[in-house]
Amino acid sequence: MRAFAALYARLDQSTGTSDKVAALVDYFQAAPADDAAWAVHWLTGGRIKRLVRANDLRQWLIDVSALPDWLIDDTYAHVGDLAETITLLTQRHPTAAQPELSLAGFVAHELLPLAKLPPDAQGAIVQGWWRTFADRERFVVNKLLTGGLRVGVSRLLVVQALARLSGQAGDLISHRLSGDFQPTAQAFQQLVAPGEVAIDADKPYPFFLASPLEQAPESLGPAGDWLAEWKWDGIRAQLIVRDGVRLWSRGEERLDGRFPEIERAAAALPNGHVLDGEILGWEGDAPLPFSRLQKRIGRLKPGARTLAECPVVFMAYDLIEAAGKDLRQQPLRERRERLEGLLDGATLRLSRPVDGADWSGLQIARNNARELGVEGLILKRWNSAYATGRRRGDWWKWKIAPLTIDAVLIYAQAGHGRRSNLYTDYTFALWQGDELVPVAKAYSGLNDEEIAKLDRWIRAHTLERFGPVRSVQAFHVFELAFEGVNRSSRHKSGIAVRFPRILRWRTDKPFHEADRLETLAKLAQ
Amino acid sequence: MRRDDLVILRPEGMYCPRGDFYIDPWRGVDCAVLTHGHADHARSGSVRYHAAESGLGLLQHRLGASAHIVGHGYGETFVLGDARVSLHSAGHILGSSQVRIEVDGEVWVVTGDFKRDADPTCTPFDVVRCDTLITEATFGLPCYRWPAMHEVVDEVLDWWDQCAREHVPAVMFCYALGKAQRLLAELAERVDRTVFLHGAMTPLVERYRDANIRMLPGEPVGDSKRARDFSGELILAPPSAAGSPWMRRFNSASTAFASGWMQIRGNRRRRGYDRGFVVSDHSDWPGLIRTVEESGARRVLATHGSTDSLVRYLNDRGVVAAALKTEFGGDDS
Ligand SMILES: [Zn+2]
Ligand SMILES: [Zn+2]
Repeated sequence: MRAFAALYARLDQSTGTSDKVAALVDYFQAAPADDAAWAVHWLTGGRIKRLVRANDLRQWLIDVSALPDWLIDDTYAHVGDLAETITLLTQRHPTAAQPELSLAGFVAHELLPLAKLPPDAQGAIVQGWWRTFADRERFVVNKLLTGGLRVGVSRLLVVQALARLSGQAGDLISHRLSGDFQPTAQAFQQLVAPGEVAIDADKPYPFFLASPLEQAPESLGPAGDWLAEWKWDGIRAQLIVRDGVRLWSRGEERLDGRFPEIERAAAALPNGHVLDGEILGWEGDAPLPFSRLQKRIGRLKPGARTLAECPVVFMAYDLIEAAGKDLRQQPLRERRERLEGLLDGATLRLSRPVDGADWSGLQIARNNARELGVEGLILKRWNSAYATGRRRGDWWKWKIAPLTIDAVLIYAQAGHGRRSNLYTDYTFALWQGDELVPVAKAYSGLNDEEIAKLDRWIRAHTLERFGPVRSVQAFHVFELAFEGVNRSSRHKSGIAVRFPRILRWRTDKPFHEADRLETLAKLAQ
Repeated sequence: MRRDDLVILRPEGMYCPRGDFYIDPWRGVDCAVLTHGHADHARSGSVRYHAAESGLGLLQHRLGASAHIVGHGYGETFVLGDARVSLHSAGHILGSSQVRIEVDGEVWVVTGDFKRDADPTCTPFDVVRCDTLITEATFGLPCYRWPAMHEVVDEVLDWWDQCAREHVPAVMFCYALGKAQRLLAELAERVDRTVFLHGAMTPLVERYRDANIRMLPGEPVGDSKRARDFSGELILAPPSAAGSPWMRRFNSASTAFASGWMQIRGNRRRRGYDRGFVVSDHSDWPGLIRTVEESGARRVLATHGSTDSLVRYLNDRGVVAAALKTEFGGDDS
């Protein structure tokens, strides 16, 4: 427990990736396998199901801290993280009096059994932990009670650390870790075991991701060396046919049951095949807007009406495994040839090459992207292997320039986590008549200096407060970029924008010259 | 504000009508009483200043040699108009004071910036009884509770050792007045090594040495040869030096920030420091509550930062409290 809390503190303190990997290696080397397994589980984003209600935690904190409820809430709003708030408002001890506990033992025998207890019994136990655990451990325990344990460590860093520890290739570790990893000693030992270990038939391969193309495409060499495809805007997924069909999203979530038409079509594929592709809402010859598809993601067993409202297809990009054989090291050209022969052309479609004799031809094709409902082009080197993660060089996304609009800042809210006591979450509005109508929320795009400056301005120009939200004077104009615009009945403006972000602070533009809602509405699909 | 208040707000700053003087005004006035030498409290442009004797060196440095400053010992009463005024130790930085104002038997105290924790660079906070207390509330939330200084010094020394083992410089950002000297003095009780100082700090450290404060020896970074290797050395610099070309001398340095704000993890992460050390020259939450209680004040006005929660908390406990909108804060937390 103490060792894991120390790892957490060390990861939290290091800003460089090499420091982080070193900290992970040190921990994994010294930790018992069952503790290490939990560490892998949490650091790669794994969670345990919620054990206690946030509201109960708050009540227990009110009891032990002897502070009024509103002051606990004010403090939480300021700190931005419930686990940290609890840690700061309970008894401080820099070092622990009690002996070291096994992490896995604590989880199995103390933490998880909480779920079966009534709230009063839970409260007594949790308050006991708050009294006895030293600061760092108390923070980790509170993190576990409130949800995840992410600490700025990417899955890739965990993979690198395990690769260094075991002497195995990162790709192999990554594959062993894909899908759902069960935090047991045995699973950890298999993760770092030498040589071949049979990989679970359920597991997806790690996805290969394209990197954004920032240079001119000519720098990539002759256009003929490259496969150009549309960058479809759906759910990137892996279709696994191994004694049954499984569907995994790029976020490595099981999508089984959500897209029965794809599973049905895939059942006709020969056994031992794994396809990489994109799930798209599709009607006639064209993709449906992402917002339609989004409604289906949450539906575990979609009814006939849902199926009819947003029919889907699997747009296949690649063939990763055929007849049980891993094809990732073969050139893309060969993988694609084999892929074409497998598809039914209806529910399972090939993502066709976009024609263009040279780069300028592709440039022209790319200019039509928005009309086709795609985000640009993906460029893949014809002789590339199927690598892991976002490895630069062979796969690029060549996106079209985003749509932009000049909007007025009207509300601000404090951020979370590392920006918890700055106003960093902004709501922007456009003109409709002489009224400002909110159209987008955006969090990112300003640098720290601008954020601090805007924060001061917001505090000094607040009109009204609604809980954590402040309305501010209409004054500042920002250029926002976004990927798409859809009509939406759920929004006051009648419009929903996709991936809005701040491009720049238009200090040169007076707020009454910001864009009008009609301008945005014309862009809607 | 009420009509017979001893201290009111004017565009120039906090004003005492019965004594015709200002306290830490942000514009030039005829007569200013200064609580201490931080830039948001001690501004130039006034005709005559009153301040604590022990802070004269710093104030003369900040306001210029020609500024007319009258020094007073702590507890010594002087008369301004109808008011009897005295200065009392605030424990914030060298020469920092609270201002006690008495008119017709009514007493107001303006704390200025203050802290309750021990600090080898200044005299401890003096509890002064009053009817109305104007307190700072820079850290006016209960999540701010300062750890014992010796624990923080342990952490600083561990970090310094770790930097030495990894052959990287240890660059600590901290405010040039007060915090830097306090760190040098706290460290002097534990080790005996030379610390390197950013140029903005050296004159201020000298003023503290003039006042016989025992601190680690400091050497200006600028006195070293260009190619000097600072691996394993501790360097103190003001926060404004972070990300400036000056930092190029300390390649691959581990960076830290010493401030009360470092109590919150998000603050450290947002600013991108490797380490955060909780060292504050302001009162923490328990210190604020204790000070209000010990002052005996029935009315409290809060300045600086997050006053809302403190004001509500005090009102709930039967103390009449309100916020006072000043232009203090931001430079020295
Ligand atoms: Zn100050
Ligand atoms: Zn101040």
